[in-house]
Amino acid sequence: MTVLPIGSLAGAQASYEWPEDGFTKIPNWVYSDPDIYRKELEVFYYGDTWHYVGLTCEVPEIGSFRRSTIGERPVILVRHADDEFSVLENRCAHKGAQLCWENTGKVEDFTCPYHQWNYSLKGDLQGVPFLRGALGKGGMPRDFKKSEHGLKSLRIHNEGGAIWATFSDDAPSFEDYCGPDILAEVRHMLPGKPIELLGYTRQLIPSNWKTYLENLKDPYHATLLHSFYITFGLWRADNKSKCVPQERGHSVMVSHNEGKKTSDATSEMKRFRDDLEVLDKETITPRQEFNKKRVGGGWIFPSAYMGIQANTLKMRHLIPRGPNMHELVFTHYGFTDDDAELRRLRLKHANLLGPAGFVSMDDSEMLSQLQHGVGAYPHETSIVEMGGKEIEETDYMVSEVLIRSFYKFYREAMGL
Amino acid sequence: MTALTSTARETKPLDMPKAELRALRSDVRDYYEDYGQHLDDGDLEAWVKYFTEDCHYRVISRENHKLGLPIGLIYCMNKNMVRDRVTALRETTVAQPRVIRHFISGVRINSIAENGDISAQGNFLISECLADGEPEITAAGQYQDVLVRDGDGFLFKYRDCIVDNYRIKTSIIIPL
Ligand code: FES
Ligand SMILES: [Fe+2]
Repeated sequence: MTVLPIGSLAGAQASYEWPEDGFTKIPNWVYSDPDIYRKELEVFYYGDTWHYVGLTCEVPEIGSFRRSTIGERPVILVRHADDEFSVLENRCAHKGAQLCWENTGKVEDFTCPYHQWNYSLKGDLQGVPFLRGALGKGGMPRDFKKSEHGLKSLRIHNEGGAIWATFSDDAPSFEDYCGPDILAEVRHMLPGKPIELLGYTRQLIPSNWKTYLENLKDPYHATLLHSFYITFGLWRADNKSKCVPQERGHSVMVSHNEGKKTSDATSEMKRFRDDLEVLDKETITPRQEFNKKRVGGGWIFPSAYMGIQANTLKMRHLIPRGPNMHELVFTHYGFTDDDAELRRLRLKHANLLGPAGFVSMDDSEMLSQLQHGVGAYPHETSIVEMGGKEIEETDYMVSEVLIRSFYKFYREAMGL
Repeated sequence: MTALTSTARETKPLDMPKAELRALRSDVRDYYEDYGQHLDDGDLEAWVKYFTEDCHYRVISRENHKLGLPIGLIYCMNKNMVRDRVTALRETTVAQPRVIRHFISGVRINSIAENGDISAQGNFLISECLADGEPEITAAGQYQDVLVRDGDGFLFKYRDCIVDNYRIKTSIIIPL
């Protein structure tokens, strides 16, 4: 893989010098520089990394397909046999038109609307109109081999009903890419039980993709910004918790739901509201299930976060959309053996998350404000020293250790 | 695979004198417009009053609606959840100041059930203007409703706000 040298694009920084050695100071240009962004796509999205594409229950029958995205590249997830799937580039091998225009559907094969090249569900080129020309004239040269012009099919891995893919032939196996802790988080959330799709929320947030990545490596903000969480005990600084840095940009961040309470720490949480009550108690009262009150989850770097909050189970899919924009897709699911109450709770607790979520609203509003600050002052730096300068695992929440550990990895991977 | 398809629903002509239907449609249209006005004014407490105790209020993407998937962007399964949303917006949400406007059109009565429940629909288009910006269209879509009569007015027993947006820009703070 060739990576563009940094500094080759217009609008790039004059210098890419890291403010000081280490990983507790972050130069603001990493959040807005187009050249940095381009290199991030090459290294983190199209490099030796694995990406979430979709759930197998989204493509229930042979020929069922769903569009998805890796980095900025459109791809198609399709079921081509009983329990076999392909992830294909959504790009015609002829002139590059996007082949599949519907978000989801069922087909026998794929035909590009432009010149009607036809591909099998596995991406093999099956038909080229006028291959031998018309009236004995024209047609493709004799040495044109259909076998060499299929849709590019990605390496894939099915983990408990979620399909992951990589553009790279050199990436390690999915298991090795994750490592044991992250694999355990993935398997915790998708233990292989049949899953039921509940729906999507999709959102465009005007900030760099890493602001979202870091936001879910930052339990510190959640204990302060989100008064809905704090007040109702769904996520608080004085709950039992853990931040576990991982290799390759991954991380685990977990806590325990302990309900509404007052403690020494509440005085520091200015947004704690003792007087606040909700009328519909179910909204803030998760039912015990497999997670045993353990909430939060893990980043499968760079583009997927899996976790549980209250009774919502979802795959969070992060899609970069230019240096100053990212897209979030939450795919909510349940298990087919959920009873009516649990299903209702999953739907109810989805009110906490997404573009209108009691908690997520704060984040999307905050991240767009963050981008205004870092984008306009690229030469300035931010500081992530809460909880020290090290990158060891912590058993408390008021820490930026996961962000520090990410930037250690980032600098190495980006050569910065 | 890309042919245009019709989304028209089969509707029976309403068995009702024309003048009565016209009056009903006009009352429902007023009701929709007043509803939108309260939200534009930021009068969330007045918004709550538009629902029955056992109401269903949901903002749902066209994608989920079309696929029959239940997840809402906002999903209130009863009036207490409507009240709770107002509490959360007033007391806990951190959001940029904004002005929104509802543009409501195409209000029509689809059917009237034996018990008098009125099925109706309308289009909405919502513009939003942040404190340091210009208005932008943040959502467009369709209300699909069931209203019950309440004195000489109505209440929503069921309101699905189906947003055409594939993605929501940043957030939906004020309900639709
Ligand atoms: S671009 Fe697809 S057939 Fe020509
Ligand atoms: Fe947050």
